[in-house]
Amino acid sequence: MKTSSGLSRINPFTYNLSMAGFIIGVIAFITVFIVATKAIDYTWRWYKLPGYFYTNKTHDIDAEIKGIVESITTKDKTISIVVKGNSESETYTLPESGSKRVSIGDNIYQGDTLAQYKKPQLGLLSQGILITLEVSIYSSLIGILIGLIGGIARISKNPAFKWAAIVYVELIRGSPLLVQIFIWYFVFATIINGMLMNMGFHEISALWYGVAALSFFAGAYVTEIVRSGIESINIGQIEASRSLGMTSAQCMYHIVLPQAIRRILPPLAGQFITLIKDSSLLGIIAVRELTKATREGITTSLQPYEFWFVCAILYLLLTFPLSMFVQYIERRMKTP
Amino acid sequence: MIKTENLYKTFITANGDKVNALVDVNTQIDKGEVVVVIGPSGSGKSTYLRCLNHLEVATKGHIWIDGVDILDLKININKVRAEVGMVFQSFNLFPHKSVIDNVNLAQKVVRKKSKEECEKKSMELLEKVGIAEKANVFPAQLSGGQQQRVAIARALAMHPKIMLFDEPTSALDPEMIGEVLDVMKSLAKEGMTMVVVTHEMGFAKEVANRVVFMDEGAIVEEGTPEHFFENPTHDRTKLFLSQIL
Ligand SMILES: Nc1ncnc2c1ncn2[C@@H]1O[C@H](COP(=O)(O)OP(=O)(O)OP(=O)(O)O)[C@@H](O)[C@H]1O
Ligand SMILES: [Mg+2]
Repeated sequence: MKTSSGLSRINPFTYNLSMAGFIIGVIAFITVFIVATKAIDYTWRWYKLPGYFYTNKTHDIDAEIKGIVESITTKDKTISIVVKGNSESETYTLPESGSKRVSIGDNIYQGDTLAQYKKPQLGLLSQGILITLEVSIYSSLIGILIGLIGGIARISKNPAFKWAAIVYVELIRGSPLLVQIFIWYFVFATIINGMLMNMGFHEISALWYGVAALSFFAGAYVTEIVRSGIESINIGQIEASRSLGMTSAQCMYHIVLPQAIRRILPPLAGQFITLIKDSSLLGIIAVRELTKATREGITTSLQPYEFWFVCAILYLLLTFPLSMFVQYIERRMKTP
Repeated sequence: MIKTENLYKTFITANGDKVNALVDVNTQIDKGEVVVVIGPSGSGKSTYLRCLNHLEVATKGHIWIDGVDILDLKININKVRAEVGMVFQSFNLFPHKSVIDNVNLAQKVVRKKSKEECEKKSMELLEKVGIAEKANVFPAQLSGGQQQRVAIARALAMHPKIMLFDEPTSALDPEMIGEVLDVMKSLAKEGMTMVVVTHEMGFAKEVANRVVFMDEGAIVEEGTPEHFFENPTHDRTKLFLSQIL
Protein backbone atom coordinates (compact mmCIF):
# COMPACT_ATOMS: atom_id res chain seq x y z
CA MET A 1 0.00 0.00 0.00
CA LYS A 2 1.32 3.41 -0.92
CA THR A 3 0.96 6.12 1.66
CA SER A 4 1.62 9.63 0.51
CA SER A 5 1.38 12.43 2.96
CA GLY A 6 1.42 16.00 1.85
CA LEU A 7 4.72 16.55 3.61
CA SER A 8 6.75 13.93 1.82
CA ARG A 9 5.48 14.60 -1.71
CA ILE A 10 7.97 14.07 -4.45
CA ASN A 11 7.22 15.18 -7.97
CA PRO A 12 6.99 12.42 -10.63
CA PHE A 13 9.93 13.73 -12.65
CA THR A 14 12.34 13.70 -9.71
CA TYR A 15 10.98 10.29 -8.71
CA ASN A 16 11.58 8.71 -12.12
CA LEU A 17 14.98 10.32 -12.44
CA SER A 18 16.05 8.94 -9.07
CA MET A 19 14.75 5.46 -9.89
CA ALA A 20 16.62 5.49 -13.19
CA GLY A 21 19.75 6.57 -11.35
CA PHE A 22 19.34 3.69 -8.93
CA ILE A 23 18.90 1.08 -11.66
CA ILE A 24 21.84 2.43 -13.67
CA GLY A 25 23.95 2.29 -10.51
CA VAL A 26 23.09 -1.38 -9.93
CA ILE A 27 23.83 -2.35 -13.54
CA ALA A 28 27.09 -0.40 -13.47
CA PHE A 29 28.22 -2.17 -10.33
CA ILE A 30 27.52 -5.61 -11.77
CA THR A 31 29.29 -4.75 -15.04
CA VAL A 32 32.38 -3.47 -13.30
CA PHE A 33 32.42 -6.59 -11.14
CA ILE A 34 32.18 -8.97 -14.09
CA VAL A 35 34.87 -7.09 -16.01
CA ALA A 36 37.10 -7.23 -12.96
CA THR A 37 36.73 -11.00 -12.64
CA LYS A 38 37.60 -11.35 -16.34
CA ALA A 39 40.72 -9.32 -15.67
CA ILE A 40 41.97 -11.90 -13.18
CA ASP A 41 41.03 -14.79 -15.49
CA TYR A 42 38.23 -16.23 -13.42
CA THR A 43 36.01 -18.56 -15.42
CA TRP A 44 32.43 -18.70 -14.26
CA ARG A 45 31.01 -22.21 -14.30
CA TRP A 46 27.45 -21.89 -13.12
CA TYR A 47 26.59 -25.25 -14.68
CA LYS A 48 28.44 -26.95 -11.87
CA LEU A 49 25.97 -25.70 -9.27
CA PRO A 50 22.79 -27.71 -9.90
CA GLY A 51 24.65 -30.91 -9.07
CA TYR A 52 25.21 -29.56 -5.57
CA PHE A 53 21.49 -29.24 -5.04
CA TYR A 54 20.32 -32.45 -6.59
CA THR A 55 22.21 -35.43 -8.00
CA ASN A 56 21.29 -38.68 -9.68
CA LYS A 57 23.70 -41.00 -8.03
CA THR A 58 24.46 -44.33 -9.70
CA HIS A 59 24.17 -47.30 -7.41
CA ASP A 60 25.78 -50.66 -8.23
CA ILE A 61 24.19 -53.94 -7.21
CA ASP A 62 26.96 -56.42 -6.58
CA ALA A 63 26.59 -60.15 -6.18
CA GLU A 64 27.35 -61.45 -2.73
CA ILE A 65 27.71 -65.10 -3.71
CA LYS A 66 29.14 -67.14 -6.54
CA GLY A 67 26.59 -68.84 -8.76
CA ILE A 68 24.33 -68.73 -11.82
CA VAL A 69 21.62 -66.20 -12.67
CA GLU A 70 18.50 -68.29 -12.38
CA SER A 71 15.75 -65.84 -13.24
CA ILE A 72 15.07 -62.18 -13.97
CA THR A 73 11.50 -61.07 -13.44
CA THR A 74 9.81 -57.69 -13.57
CA LYS A 75 6.86 -57.16 -11.35
CA ASP A 76 5.29 -54.14 -9.59
CA LYS A 77 7.88 -51.77 -11.11
CA THR A 78 10.78 -53.68 -9.61
CA ILE A 79 13.19 -56.05 -11.24
CA SER A 80 14.18 -59.14 -9.25
CA ILE A 81 17.35 -61.02 -10.12
CA VAL A 82 17.76 -64.43 -8.50
CA VAL A 83 21.26 -65.87 -8.25
CA LYS A 84 21.56 -69.55 -7.35
CA GLY A 85 24.76 -70.70 -5.74
CA ASN A 86 25.86 -74.13 -4.61
CA SER A 87 23.68 -74.37 -1.61
CA GLU A 88 22.05 -71.00 -1.21
CA SER A 89 20.16 -68.58 -3.44
CA GLU A 90 19.94 -64.76 -3.27
CA THR A 91 17.40 -62.31 -4.67
CA TYR A 92 18.41 -58.77 -5.67
CA THR A 93 15.88 -56.08 -6.49
CA LEU A 94 16.19 -52.76 -8.29
CA PRO A 95 13.77 -50.23 -9.75
CA GLU A 96 12.40 -50.85 -13.23
CA SER A 97 14.36 -47.88 -14.55
CA GLY A 98 17.66 -49.59 -13.72
CA SER A 99 19.77 -51.40 -16.23
CA LYS A 100 20.74 -55.09 -15.97
CA ARG A 101 24.32 -56.17 -16.65
CA VAL A 102 23.63 -59.91 -16.69
CA SER A 103 21.23 -62.31 -18.36
CA ILE A 104 19.77 -65.67 -17.36
CA GLY A 105 22.32 -68.42 -17.17
CA ASP A 106 25.36 -66.18 -16.70
CA ASN A 107 28.07 -67.34 -14.34
CA ILE A 108 28.55 -64.92 -11.51
CA TYR A 109 31.43 -64.39 -9.16
CA GLN A 110 31.23 -62.72 -5.84
CA GLY A 111 31.50 -58.96 -6.31
CA ASP A 112 30.33 -58.89 -9.91
CA THR A 113 28.02 -56.02 -10.77
CA LEU A 114 24.58 -57.43 -11.61
CA ALA A 115 22.82 -54.19 -12.35
CA GLN A 116 22.97 -50.41 -11.92
CA TYR A 117 20.30 -47.88 -11.19
CA LYS A 118 20.11 -44.18 -10.62
CA LYS A 119 18.61 -42.76 -7.51
CA PRO A 120 17.94 -39.06 -7.05
CA GLN A 121 19.62 -37.63 -4.01
CA LEU A 122 19.94 -34.27 -2.32
CA GLY A 123 23.20 -32.51 -3.05
CA LEU A 124 25.60 -30.92 -0.61
CA LEU A 125 23.97 -27.49 -0.59
CA SER A 126 20.44 -28.86 -0.16
CA GLN A 127 21.60 -30.91 2.78
CA GLY A 128 23.25 -27.78 4.18
CA ILE A 129 19.97 -25.86 3.87
CA LEU A 130 18.14 -28.63 5.68
CA ILE A 131 20.66 -28.67 8.52
CA THR A 132 20.52 -24.88 8.79
CA LEU A 133 16.73 -25.05 8.91
CA GLU A 134 16.76 -27.85 11.44
CA VAL A 135 19.20 -26.07 13.72
CA SER A 136 17.33 -22.76 13.40
CA ILE A 137 13.92 -24.25 14.11
CA TYR A 138 15.04 -26.20 17.16
CA SER A 139 17.00 -23.24 18.50
CA SER A 140 14.09 -20.87 17.93
CA LEU A 141 11.66 -23.11 19.77
CA ILE A 142 13.98 -23.71 22.70
CA GLY A 143 14.99 -20.03 22.62
CA ILE A 144 11.34 -18.98 22.92
CA LEU A 145 10.84 -21.31 25.84
CA ILE A 146 13.95 -20.04 27.63
CA GLY A 147 13.02 -16.45 26.83
CA LEU A 148 9.49 -16.85 28.12
CA ILE A 149 10.68 -18.33 31.40
CA GLY A 150 13.54 -15.82 31.56
CA GLY A 151 11.28 -12.86 30.83
CA ILE A 152 8.80 -13.82 33.53
CA ALA A 153 11.64 -14.48 35.97
CA ARG A 154 13.17 -11.12 35.05
CA ILE A 155 10.10 -9.20 36.24
CA SER A 156 9.44 -11.52 39.19
CA LYS A 157 9.39 -10.02 42.65
CA ASN A 158 11.37 -13.02 43.86
CA PRO A 159 14.99 -11.79 43.93
CA ALA A 160 16.40 -15.27 43.21
CA PHE A 161 14.50 -15.55 39.92
CA LYS A 162 15.10 -11.95 39.03
CA TRP A 163 18.83 -12.05 39.61
CA ALA A 164 19.22 -15.40 37.90
CA ALA A 165 17.60 -13.87 34.82
CA ILE A 166 19.72 -10.71 34.97
CA VAL A 167 22.97 -12.63 35.34
CA TYR A 168 22.02 -14.99 32.51
CA VAL A 169 21.15 -12.17 30.13
CA GLU A 170 24.26 -10.15 30.92
CA LEU A 171 26.59 -13.14 30.63
CA ILE A 172 25.21 -14.18 27.27
CA ARG A 173 24.97 -10.73 25.79
CA GLY A 174 28.39 -9.76 27.03
CA SER A 175 30.40 -12.42 25.22
CA PRO A 176 30.76 -13.35 21.54
CA LEU A 177 28.56 -16.12 20.21
CA LEU A 178 31.61 -17.78 18.67
CA VAL A 179 33.21 -18.09 22.11
CA GLN A 180 29.97 -19.49 23.53
CA ILE A 181 29.85 -22.09 20.77
CA PHE A 182 33.42 -23.08 21.62
CA ILE A 183 32.54 -23.34 25.29
CA TRP A 184 29.58 -25.58 24.51
CA TYR A 185 31.59 -27.75 22.15
CA PHE A 186 35.00 -27.93 23.79
CA VAL A 187 33.99 -27.71 27.44
CA PHE A 188 30.42 -28.83 28.04
CA ALA A 189 30.36 -31.39 25.22
CA THR A 190 33.58 -33.00 26.40
CA ILE A 191 32.26 -33.29 29.93
CA ILE A 192 28.77 -34.47 29.01
CA ASN A 193 29.88 -36.91 26.32
CA GLY A 194 32.60 -38.23 28.63
CA MET A 195 30.03 -38.91 31.32
CA LEU A 196 27.63 -40.49 28.85
CA MET A 197 30.36 -42.78 27.56
CA ASN A 198 31.29 -43.83 31.08
CA MET A 199 27.68 -44.73 31.74
CA GLY A 200 27.52 -46.68 28.51
CA PHE A 201 25.31 -44.34 26.48
CA HIS A 202 25.86 -42.87 23.03
CA GLU A 203 27.55 -39.52 22.60
CA ILE A 204 25.42 -36.53 21.70
CA SER A 205 26.38 -35.11 18.30
CA ALA A 206 27.97 -31.71 17.72
CA LEU A 207 24.73 -30.50 16.15
CA TRP A 208 22.94 -30.60 19.48
CA TYR A 209 25.66 -28.66 21.25
CA GLY A 210 25.36 -26.13 18.46
CA VAL A 211 21.60 -26.00 19.01
CA ALA A 212 22.19 -25.52 22.74
CA ALA A 213 24.61 -22.64 22.14
CA LEU A 214 22.23 -20.90 19.74
CA SER A 215 19.20 -21.53 21.98
CA PHE A 216 20.79 -20.02 25.07
CA PHE A 217 22.15 -17.16 23.01
CA ALA A 218 18.77 -16.37 21.45
CA GLY A 219 17.06 -17.06 24.79
CA ALA A 220 18.86 -14.13 26.41
CA TYR A 221 17.66 -11.73 23.75
CA VAL A 222 14.16 -13.20 23.82
CA THR A 223 14.17 -12.72 27.62
CA GLU A 224 14.67 -9.00 27.12
CA ILE A 225 12.05 -8.91 24.36
CA VAL A 226 9.53 -10.71 26.56
CA ARG A 227 10.34 -8.47 29.52
CA SER A 228 9.79 -5.27 27.60
CA GLY A 229 6.63 -6.72 26.05
CA ILE A 230 5.20 -7.54 29.45
CA GLU A 231 6.26 -4.22 30.92
CA SER A 232 4.52 -2.39 28.10
CA ILE A 233 1.18 -3.55 29.48
CA ASN A 234 -0.37 -0.82 31.54
CA ILE A 235 -0.23 -1.65 35.27
CA GLY A 236 -3.84 -0.49 35.65
CA GLN A 237 -5.15 -3.48 33.73
CA ILE A 238 -3.16 -5.81 35.95
CA GLU A 239 -4.58 -4.14 39.06
CA ALA A 240 -8.08 -4.33 37.61
CA SER A 241 -7.78 -8.06 36.98
CA ARG A 242 -6.29 -8.70 40.40
CA SER A 243 -9.03 -6.64 42.05
CA LEU A 244 -11.53 -9.02 40.44
CA GLY A 245 -9.91 -11.89 42.30
CA MET A 246 -7.76 -13.33 39.51
CA THR A 247 -4.52 -14.93 40.56
CA SER A 248 -1.30 -13.58 39.13
CA ALA A 249 -1.07 -16.61 36.84
CA GLN A 250 -4.60 -16.04 35.53
CA CYS A 251 -3.80 -12.38 34.99
CA MET A 252 -0.64 -13.31 33.13
CA TYR A 253 -2.48 -15.80 30.93
CA HIS A 254 -5.66 -13.83 30.18
CA ILE A 255 -4.52 -10.22 30.29
CA VAL A 256 -0.79 -9.73 29.98
CA LEU A 257 0.44 -12.39 27.57
CA PRO A 258 -2.24 -12.04 24.87
CA GLN A 259 -1.45 -8.35 24.57
CA ALA A 260 2.28 -8.70 25.08
CA ILE A 261 2.57 -11.33 22.34
CA ARG A 262 1.35 -8.94 19.69
CA ARG A 263 4.02 -6.48 20.69
CA ILE A 264 6.65 -9.17 21.07
CA LEU A 265 6.18 -10.83 17.67
CA PRO A 266 7.99 -8.33 15.43
CA PRO A 267 11.20 -8.13 17.50
CA LEU A 268 10.98 -11.88 18.04
CA ALA A 269 10.87 -12.57 14.32
CA GLY A 270 13.81 -10.20 13.91
CA GLN A 271 15.67 -12.22 16.50
CA PHE A 272 15.07 -15.39 14.52
CA ILE A 273 16.40 -13.79 11.35
CA THR A 274 19.55 -13.12 13.33
CA LEU A 275 19.53 -16.68 14.59
CA ILE A 276 19.37 -18.18 11.09
CA LYS A 277 22.34 -16.07 10.08
CA ASP A 278 24.24 -16.86 13.28
CA SER A 279 23.80 -20.57 12.67
CA SER A 280 26.48 -20.14 9.98
CA LEU A 281 29.02 -20.16 12.81
CA LEU A 282 28.26 -23.77 13.63
CA GLY A 283 30.38 -24.96 10.68
CA ILE A 284 33.32 -24.33 12.95
CA ILE A 285 32.30 -27.22 15.21
CA ALA A 286 31.80 -29.55 12.25
CA VAL A 287 28.06 -29.11 11.82
CA ARG A 288 27.46 -29.26 8.05
CA GLU A 289 25.09 -26.35 7.79
CA LEU A 290 24.82 -24.17 4.71
CA THR A 291 28.04 -22.20 5.12
CA LYS A 292 30.10 -25.27 5.86
CA ALA A 293 28.47 -27.07 2.93
CA THR A 294 29.38 -24.11 0.73
CA ARG A 295 33.00 -24.33 1.80
CA GLU A 296 33.06 -28.03 1.05
CA GLY A 297 31.42 -27.37 -2.31
CA ILE A 298 34.15 -24.89 -3.14
CA THR A 299 36.83 -27.41 -2.24
CA THR A 300 35.48 -29.92 -4.75
CA SER A 301 34.30 -27.54 -7.49
CA LEU A 302 36.98 -24.85 -7.20
CA GLN A 303 34.36 -22.20 -8.00
CA PRO A 304 34.31 -19.92 -4.94
CA TYR A 305 32.58 -16.92 -6.54
CA GLU A 306 29.45 -18.79 -7.63
CA PHE A 307 29.20 -20.67 -4.36
CA TRP A 308 29.52 -17.69 -2.05
CA PHE A 309 26.94 -15.71 -3.98
CA VAL A 310 24.54 -18.62 -4.01
CA CYS A 311 25.15 -19.18 -0.31
CA ALA A 312 24.27 -15.55 0.47
CA ILE A 313 21.15 -15.75 -1.69
CA LEU A 314 20.05 -18.95 0.03
CA TYR A 315 20.30 -17.26 3.43
CA LEU A 316 18.28 -14.42 2.01
CA LEU A 317 15.61 -16.88 0.89
CA LEU A 318 15.51 -18.45 4.35
CA THR A 319 15.17 -15.13 6.17
CA PHE A 320 12.87 -13.46 3.65
CA PRO A 321 9.59 -15.07 4.84
CA LEU A 322 10.36 -13.89 8.37
CA SER A 323 11.00 -10.35 7.17
CA MET A 324 7.71 -10.40 5.32
CA PHE A 325 6.02 -11.67 8.47
CA VAL A 326 7.48 -8.80 10.50
CA GLN A 327 6.21 -6.27 8.00
CA TYR A 328 2.79 -7.90 7.93
CA ILE A 329 2.48 -7.85 11.72
CA GLU A 330 3.70 -4.29 11.96
CA ARG A 331 1.17 -3.17 9.39
CA ARG A 332 -1.60 -4.97 11.24
CA MET A 333 -0.57 -3.45 14.58
CA LYS A 334 -1.23 0.02 13.23
CA THR A 335 -4.87 -0.88 12.57
CA PRO A 336 -6.17 -2.90 15.53
CA MET B 1 -18.39 -4.81 56.83
CA ILE B 2 -15.12 -2.88 56.66
CA LYS B 3 -13.05 -2.11 59.68
CA THR B 4 -9.57 -0.66 59.89
CA GLU B 5 -7.61 -0.21 63.08
CA ASN B 6 -4.45 1.84 63.52
CA LEU B 7 -3.73 1.52 59.84
CA TYR B 8 -0.36 2.84 58.65
CA LYS B 9 1.14 2.86 55.20
CA THR B 10 4.64 4.13 54.55
CA PHE B 11 6.05 4.26 51.04
CA ILE B 12 9.74 4.28 50.45
CA THR B 13 10.45 6.23 47.31
CA ALA B 14 13.15 5.41 44.79
CA ASN B 15 15.60 7.81 46.42
CA GLY B 16 15.04 6.38 49.89
CA ASP B 17 12.65 8.97 51.30
CA LYS B 18 9.77 7.82 53.43
CA VAL B 19 6.24 8.98 52.65
CA ASN B 20 3.62 8.45 55.31
CA ALA B 21 0.58 7.93 53.11
CA LEU B 22 -1.64 6.65 55.92
CA VAL B 23 -1.24 7.55 59.56
CA ASP B 24 -3.29 5.75 62.20
CA VAL B 25 -6.47 5.38 60.18
CA ASN B 26 -9.44 3.95 62.08
CA THR B 27 -12.68 3.41 60.21
CA GLN B 28 -15.80 1.36 60.54
CA ILE B 29 -18.13 1.03 57.59
CA ASP B 30 -21.35 -0.95 57.99
CA LYS B 31 -23.28 -2.99 55.51
CA GLY B 32 -25.23 -0.82 53.07
CA GLU B 33 -23.41 2.37 54.01
CA VAL B 34 -22.18 4.77 51.39
CA VAL B 35 -19.05 6.57 52.56
CA VAL B 36 -17.50 9.38 50.55
CA VAL B 37 -13.84 10.11 51.13
CA ILE B 38 -12.60 13.59 50.31
CA GLY B 39 -9.35 15.40 50.81
CA PRO B 40 -6.60 17.28 49.00
CA SER B 41 -4.31 15.63 46.47
CA GLY B 42 -1.74 13.37 48.12
CA SER B 43 -3.74 13.04 51.32
CA GLY B 44 -3.85 9.22 51.08
CA LYS B 45 -7.39 8.61 49.76
CA SER B 46 -6.30 6.24 47.01
CA THR B 47 -3.87 4.50 49.29
CA TYR B 48 -6.65 3.89 51.79
CA LEU B 49 -8.92 2.36 49.15
CA ARG B 50 -6.14 0.27 47.67
CA CYS B 51 -5.23 -1.08 51.11
CA LEU B 52 -8.81 -2.29 51.49
CA ASN B 53 -8.41 -4.82 48.71
CA HIS B 54 -4.75 -5.43 49.26
CA LEU B 55 -3.54 -3.80 46.05
CA GLU B 56 -1.38 -1.92 48.49
CA VAL B 57 -0.06 -3.80 51.52
CA ALA B 58 -0.53 -1.85 54.72
CA THR B 59 2.61 -1.36 56.75
CA LYS B 60 0.99 -1.70 60.16
CA GLY B 61 -2.45 -2.15 61.69
CA HIS B 62 -5.50 -4.27 60.94
CA ILE B 63 -8.07 -4.49 58.17
CA TRP B 64 -11.18 -6.65 58.38
CA ILE B 65 -13.32 -7.15 55.31
CA ASP B 66 -16.56 -8.94 56.10
CA GLY B 67 -14.92 -10.38 59.20
CA VAL B 68 -11.75 -11.56 57.44
CA ASP B 69 -8.43 -10.15 58.60
CA ILE B 70 -6.86 -9.49 55.18
CA LEU B 71 -3.41 -8.75 56.54
CA ASP B 72 -3.26 -12.30 57.81
CA LEU B 73 -0.82 -14.07 55.51
CA LYS B 74 -2.75 -17.33 55.72
CA ILE B 75 -5.92 -16.11 54.03
CA ASN B 76 -6.50 -16.40 50.29
CA ILE B 77 -6.54 -12.77 49.21
CA ASN B 78 -8.05 -13.60 45.81
CA LYS B 79 -11.19 -14.83 47.53
CA VAL B 80 -11.49 -11.57 49.44
CA ARG B 81 -10.82 -9.48 46.35
CA ALA B 82 -13.56 -11.31 44.46
CA GLU B 83 -16.00 -9.94 47.05
CA VAL B 84 -14.70 -6.39 46.75
CA GLY B 85 -15.26 -4.61 43.45
CA MET B 86 -13.04 -1.72 42.45
CA VAL B 87 -13.55 1.02 39.90
CA PHE B 88 -10.54 3.06 38.86
CA GLN B 89 -10.11 6.61 37.69
CA SER B 90 -8.64 5.40 34.40
CA PHE B 91 -11.25 2.64 33.76
CA ASN B 92 -8.57 0.00 33.10
CA LEU B 93 -10.69 -2.06 30.75
CA PHE B 94 -8.94 -4.92 28.96
CA PRO B 95 -8.36 -3.46 25.50
CA HIS B 96 -7.97 -6.80 23.73
CA LYS B 97 -11.40 -8.01 24.82
CA SER B 98 -14.81 -6.88 23.70
CA VAL B 99 -17.09 -5.13 26.15
CA ILE B 100 -19.02 -8.27 26.99
CA ASP B 101 -15.83 -10.32 27.33
CA ASN B 102 -14.50 -7.73 29.75
CA VAL B 103 -17.52 -8.44 31.91
CA ASN B 104 -17.45 -12.20 31.30
CA LEU B 105 -13.81 -12.85 32.03
CA ALA B 106 -13.64 -12.89 35.81
CA GLN B 107 -16.97 -14.71 36.11
CA LYS B 108 -15.54 -17.45 33.95
CA VAL B 109 -12.01 -17.52 35.35
CA VAL B 110 -12.64 -16.81 39.03
CA ARG B 111 -16.21 -17.99 39.58
CA LYS B 112 -15.91 -20.84 37.05
CA LYS B 113 -19.34 -20.12 35.62
CA SER B 114 -20.44 -21.59 32.31
CA LYS B 115 -20.33 -19.48 29.16
CA GLU B 116 -24.13 -19.16 29.02
CA GLU B 117 -24.38 -18.10 32.65
CA CYS B 118 -21.62 -15.52 32.17
CA GLU B 119 -23.19 -14.02 29.07
CA LYS B 120 -26.63 -13.87 30.61
CA LYS B 121 -25.33 -12.11 33.69
CA SER B 122 -23.12 -9.79 31.62
CA MET B 123 -25.99 -8.72 29.37
CA GLU B 124 -28.13 -8.08 32.43
CA LEU B 125 -25.45 -5.84 33.90
CA LEU B 126 -24.72 -4.05 30.64
CA GLU B 127 -28.41 -3.28 30.39
CA LYS B 128 -28.38 -2.02 33.92
CA VAL B 129 -25.55 0.43 33.17
CA GLY B 130 -27.28 1.33 29.92
CA ILE B 131 -24.75 0.09 27.39
CA ALA B 132 -26.11 -3.26 26.21
CA GLU B 133 -26.06 -2.18 22.56
CA LYS B 134 -22.26 -1.89 22.69
CA ALA B 135 -21.71 -5.41 24.01
CA ASN B 136 -19.63 -6.50 21.06
CA VAL B 137 -17.46 -3.48 20.42
CA PHE B 138 -13.98 -2.96 21.82
CA PRO B 139 -13.24 -0.52 24.65
CA ALA B 140 -11.25 1.80 22.39
CA GLN B 141 -14.45 2.56 20.48
CA LEU B 142 -16.28 3.82 23.58
CA SER B 143 -16.37 7.26 25.18
CA GLY B 144 -14.88 7.66 28.64
CA GLY B 145 -18.27 7.63 30.32
CA GLN B 146 -19.26 4.46 28.51
CA GLN B 147 -15.98 2.80 29.43
CA GLN B 148 -16.44 3.66 33.06
CA ARG B 149 -19.96 2.18 33.03
CA VAL B 150 -18.55 -1.02 31.53
CA ALA B 151 -15.92 -1.04 34.27
CA ILE B 152 -18.68 -0.82 36.87
CA ALA B 153 -20.56 -3.68 35.22
CA ARG B 154 -17.35 -5.71 35.17
CA ALA B 155 -16.89 -5.22 38.91
CA LEU B 156 -20.55 -5.99 39.65
CA ALA B 157 -20.34 -9.25 37.71
CA MET B 158 -18.52 -10.77 40.65
CA HIS B 159 -21.52 -10.09 42.94
CA PRO B 160 -19.32 -8.06 45.27
CA LYS B 161 -20.39 -7.22 48.80
CA ILE B 162 -18.46 -3.97 48.68
CA MET B 163 -17.67 -1.53 45.88
CA LEU B 164 -14.68 0.81 46.00
CA PHE B 165 -14.58 3.80 43.66
CA ASP B 166 -11.37 5.81 43.22
CA GLU B 167 -12.29 9.10 41.56
CA PRO B 168 -14.48 7.36 38.99
CA THR B 169 -15.44 10.59 37.23
CA SER B 170 -12.20 12.59 37.40
CA ALA B 171 -11.00 11.49 33.96
CA LEU B 172 -14.33 12.23 32.28
CA ASP B 173 -15.51 15.14 30.20
CA PRO B 174 -18.09 17.11 32.21
CA GLU B 175 -21.03 16.01 30.08
CA MET B 176 -20.32 12.36 30.85
CA ILE B 177 -20.00 12.63 34.61
CA GLY B 178 -23.75 12.48 35.11
CA GLU B 179 -24.26 9.12 33.42
CA VAL B 180 -21.66 7.46 35.66
CA LEU B 181 -22.94 9.09 38.83
CA ASP B 182 -26.47 7.95 37.97
CA VAL B 183 -25.30 4.34 37.85
CA MET B 184 -23.56 4.77 41.18
CA LYS B 185 -26.65 6.36 42.72
CA SER B 186 -28.85 3.47 41.67
CA LEU B 187 -26.32 1.05 43.14
CA ALA B 188 -26.44 2.94 46.42
CA LYS B 189 -30.24 2.78 46.42
CA GLU B 190 -30.06 -0.99 46.06
CA GLY B 191 -28.13 -1.10 49.30
CA MET B 192 -24.60 -1.71 48.06
CA THR B 193 -21.86 -0.96 50.56
CA MET B 194 -19.76 1.69 48.86
CA VAL B 195 -16.58 3.63 49.55
CA VAL B 196 -16.21 6.47 47.08
CA VAL B 197 -13.30 8.83 46.66
CA THR B 198 -14.63 11.77 44.69
CA HIS B 199 -14.61 15.51 44.24
CA GLU B 200 -18.31 15.47 43.27
CA MET B 201 -19.79 17.19 46.28
CA GLY B 202 -23.29 16.95 44.80
CA PHE B 203 -22.99 13.18 44.87
CA ALA B 204 -21.74 13.28 48.47
CA LYS B 205 -24.65 15.45 49.57
CA GLU B 206 -27.23 13.36 47.81
CA VAL B 207 -26.07 9.81 48.40
CA ALA B 208 -23.51 9.59 51.19
CA ASN B 209 -24.42 8.36 54.64
CA ARG B 210 -21.10 9.64 55.84
CA VAL B 211 -18.28 11.84 54.59
CA VAL B 212 -14.69 11.32 55.64
CA PHE B 213 -12.14 14.10 55.24
CA MET B 214 -8.51 13.03 55.03
CA ASP B 215 -5.41 15.18 55.10
CA GLU B 216 -1.75 14.16 55.20
CA GLY B 217 -2.64 10.50 55.62
CA ALA B 218 -4.94 10.93 58.59
CA ILE B 219 -8.68 11.23 59.02
CA VAL B 220 -9.27 14.78 60.14
CA GLU B 221 -13.02 14.78 60.42
CA GLU B 222 -15.97 12.58 59.61
CA GLY B 223 -19.72 12.96 59.81
CA THR B 224 -22.97 13.22 57.92
CA PRO B 225 -23.07 15.32 54.74
CA GLU B 226 -25.23 17.88 56.55
CA HIS B 227 -22.65 18.28 59.27
CA PHE B 228 -19.89 18.58 56.70
CA PHE B 229 -21.34 21.07 54.34
CA GLU B 230 -23.14 23.17 56.93
CA ASN B 231 -20.87 23.37 59.95
CA PRO B 232 -17.53 21.61 59.65
CA THR B 233 -15.51 21.81 62.84
CA HIS B 234 -11.90 21.72 61.73
CA ASP B 235 -10.13 24.61 60.10
CA ARG B 236 -8.48 22.34 57.57
CA THR B 237 -11.87 20.98 56.53
CA LYS B 238 -13.23 24.48 56.17
CA LEU B 239 -10.25 25.54 54.10
CA PHE B 240 -10.56 22.51 51.83
CA LEU B 241 -14.30 22.93 51.35
CA SER B 242 -13.95 26.62 50.64
CA GLN B 243 -11.46 25.78 47.91
CA ILE B 244 -13.55 23.23 46.11
CA LEU B 245 -17.12 24.34 46.60
N1 LIG C 1 3.75 3.75 44.95
C1 LIG C 1 4.08 4.85 45.65
N2 LIG C 1 5.38 5.07 45.96
C2 LIG C 1 5.73 6.14 46.68
N3 LIG C 1 4.87 7.03 47.14
C3 LIG C 1 3.56 6.88 46.88
C4 LIG C 1 3.10 5.77 46.10
N4 LIG C 1 1.77 5.85 45.98
C5 LIG C 1 1.40 6.96 46.65
N5 LIG C 1 2.47 7.59 47.19
C6 LIG C 1 2.45 8.80 48.00
O1 LIG C 1 1.55 8.60 49.05
C7 LIG C 1 0.82 9.81 49.31
C8 LIG C 1 -0.67 9.50 49.22
O2 LIG C 1 -0.99 9.21 47.86
P1 LIG C 1 -2.47 8.89 47.39
O3 LIG C 1 -2.36 8.47 45.95
O4 LIG C 1 -3.09 7.94 48.32
O5 LIG C 1 -3.15 10.30 47.47
P2 LIG C 1 -4.61 10.70 47.00
O6 LIG C 1 -5.26 11.29 48.19
O7 LIG C 1 -5.27 9.60 46.31
O8 LIG C 1 -4.26 11.86 45.98
P3 LIG C 1 -4.99 12.25 44.60
O9 LIG C 1 -6.19 13.08 44.95
O10 LIG C 1 -3.95 13.06 43.91
O11 LIG C 1 -5.31 10.98 43.91
C9 LIG C 1 1.29 10.81 48.29
O12 LIG C 1 2.23 11.65 48.91
C10 LIG C 1 1.95 10.00 47.22
O13 LIG C 1 3.00 10.71 46.64
MG1 LIG D 1 -5.88 9.18 44.27
